[in-house]
Amino acid sequence: MKQSIFTVKENRKLTSDVMLMRLSGDTSHITAAGQFVNVKLDGFYLRRPISVCDVEEGILTVIYKNVGKGTDYMAALTPGAELDLLTGLGNGYDLSVSGNSPVVIGGGVGVPPMYNLAKRLISQGKEVTAILGFNKKDEIFFENEFKALGCKTVITTVDGSYGVKGFVTDALRDMDYSYFYTCGPEPMLKAVYRAASTSGQFSFERRMGCGFGACMGCSCKTITGNKRICKEGPVLVKEDILWEE
Amino acid sequence: MGRMSVNLCGIVIDNPVIPASGTYGFGYEFAELYDINMLGTFSFKGTTSQPRFGNPSPRIAETPSGMLNAVGLQNPGVEKVISEELPKLAKVFHKPVMANVSGFALDEYTEVCSKLDKEPMVGWLEVNISCPNVHGGGMSFGTSPEQAAAVTKAVKAVTAKPVIMKLSPNVTDIVSIAKACEEAGADGISLINTMLSMRIDLKSRKPLLANITGGLSGPAVFPIAVRMVYQVSKTVNIPVVGLGGVSSAQDVIEMMMAGATAVQVGAANLVNPFACKEIIENLPAVMDKYEIENLKDIIGGAH
Ligand SMILES: Cc1cc2nc3c(=O)[nH]c(=O)nc-3n(C[C@H](O)[C@H](O)[C@H](O)COP(=O)(O)OP(=O)(O)OC[C@H]3O[C@@H](n4cnc5c(N)ncnc54)[C@H](O)[C@@H]3O)c2cc1C
Ligand SMILES: Cc1cc2nc3c(=O)[nH]c(=O)nc-3n(C[C@H](O)[C@H](O)[C@H](O)COP(=O)(O)O)c2cc1C
Ligand code: FES
Repeated sequence: MKQSIFTVKENRKLTSDVMLMRLSGDTSHITAAGQFVNVKLDGFYLRRPISVCDVEEGILTVIYKNVGKGTDYMAALTPGAELDLLTGLGNGYDLSVSGNSPVVIGGGVGVPPMYNLAKRLISQGKEVTAILGFNKKDEIFFENEFKALGCKTVITTVDGSYGVKGFVTDALRDMDYSYFYTCGPEPMLKAVYRAASTSGQFSFERRMGCGFGACMGCSCKTITGNKRICKEGPVLVKEDILWEE
Repeated sequence: MGRMSVNLCGIVIDNPVIPASGTYGFGYEFAELYDINMLGTFSFKGTTSQPRFGNPSPRIAETPSGMLNAVGLQNPGVEKVISEELPKLAKVFHKPVMANVSGFALDEYTEVCSKLDKEPMVGWLEVNISCPNVHGGGMSFGTSPEQAAAVTKAVKAVTAKPVIMKLSPNVTDIVSIAKACEEAGADGISLINTMLSMRIDLKSRKPLLANITGGLSGPAVFPIAVRMVYQVSKTVNIPVVGLGGVSSAQDVIEMMMAGATAVQVGAANLVNPFACKEIIENLPAVMDKYEIENLKDIIGGAH
């Protein structure tokens, strides 16, 4: 983990309520796809956890949805603004078990971490399929970016206004794949858990006090014992998951 | 003794800055970031007789100038703390550590304390009779002078180490509870634990925390803590450890002027992992600014 100051380079709308922010700073502690950063915002006591969407030599990309006061504050930032970030948080996805034809499955703002993951898998010569799920056509983002990486990209929309009608699992059902990686709202994760024909990895969200393992605010129970989503997570393997309730 | 050192219940510490229980784990996350031997000491995660998972999620909520938590004393249980956490800690921390103990019954407090009493690394036992996030026990011991005295007496009987009773602010007369602990043999008092609070999510119209209520901490509670430390330290003759919202070297000095011999830092560690390091490094300059030669000279200076 590293605490350092990043500078906003770009902050633009992808859809009516989803923004992309590019920041420059010390990215050396970001070591795996699926890790997150914890962002300090002026006037807010707790930091905001946001997944790494992409990272390249000194440039960090995050994608966030405006859901409250903190993300609204972020949306108003302009290039040159400085942000205090904790980077290199969480375990991230384990690529070593992907097999040759993994599928990455993102839902809504669970799509961003799939981007860097797909990029890393492709650079290892894997044949990657991306299933990106949205509610409707005007909520879709990053379709072309995934295609540009060289992923076979399938979009699903709940209302059928674009791509496959239905949920990500409707696209997953008839697909052949060696392994899966997923991030999205918990109901989607549960559906993927039931629908998937292979093992895979899931990224979870929890309310966080610290984001680096100090407060036990984010704990969950797993088959192999209690885990902190911010430290032993956010990525859990399928075999480890105990759904609450 | 350096100009920042203080004597806390018979153990001299290099400076009065102590990370508070529950916000510093067992130290290792922070040891990766800086040398935690620069601390006066730290208070480790509240330890109970049996392993505990704690409360369901969400356990954390934000507030203006602070946070709510309803972790509910997640810890691996005293046996594992002794067999796993302390040996790991010994590699990175070479000072006496403060052991924070919780319980749901008198004999749980005495069981955990008598086990930790045998650990050479443990300097003080900080006995939490003030956790608002567990049901049955916890805070209820800290809300009546008789119960607080009973826990103090029972724990004192099983340990030779200094016993610091950690009090709840969720009471109408904090002074009477502190006095009861002192009369029952406590070597020190620490306060405050978190304030019982709640928040509601406007969208779902439900409490934000799964536990419904949680404990408020952070800068929002600082003036309350200063007031309680002032009132208690004016009355008792044992050292008081002041905490609640401390986030800067200035806050440490204010807390000491209110009557604290040492000062704990809680939630601040969560939002700024370097909070304690920065506070300790800033203290000398802030002392100079207010013409303070030795920190111990200002304890209770506002009385
Ligand atoms: C590991 C992780 C990765 C995440 N990655 C992304 C991402 O890439 N893009 C994205 O849009 N969102 C992501 N989120 C969710 C994001 O953290 C919240 O949407 C954000 O904190 C909301 O802040 P707010 O002030 O706008 O909302 P408010 O509701 O006003 O926030 C109040 C408090 O609740 C917390 N909170 C609210 N919603 C969530 C949530 N879903 N998860 C955790 N804490 C929450 C906030 O951090 C804050 O402390 C991630 C969450 C986690 C845990
Ligand atoms: C996440 C969290 C966990 C806590 N766990 C404990 C605990 O296990 N035992 C205890 O005595 N106090 C616990 N506390 C209370 C703190 O030690 C402290 O008394 C309180 O937070 C006030 O200080 P602060 O405002 O500096 O955080 C916890 C506080 C927080 C925020
Ligand atoms: S958020 Fe503090 S331990 Fe995970």
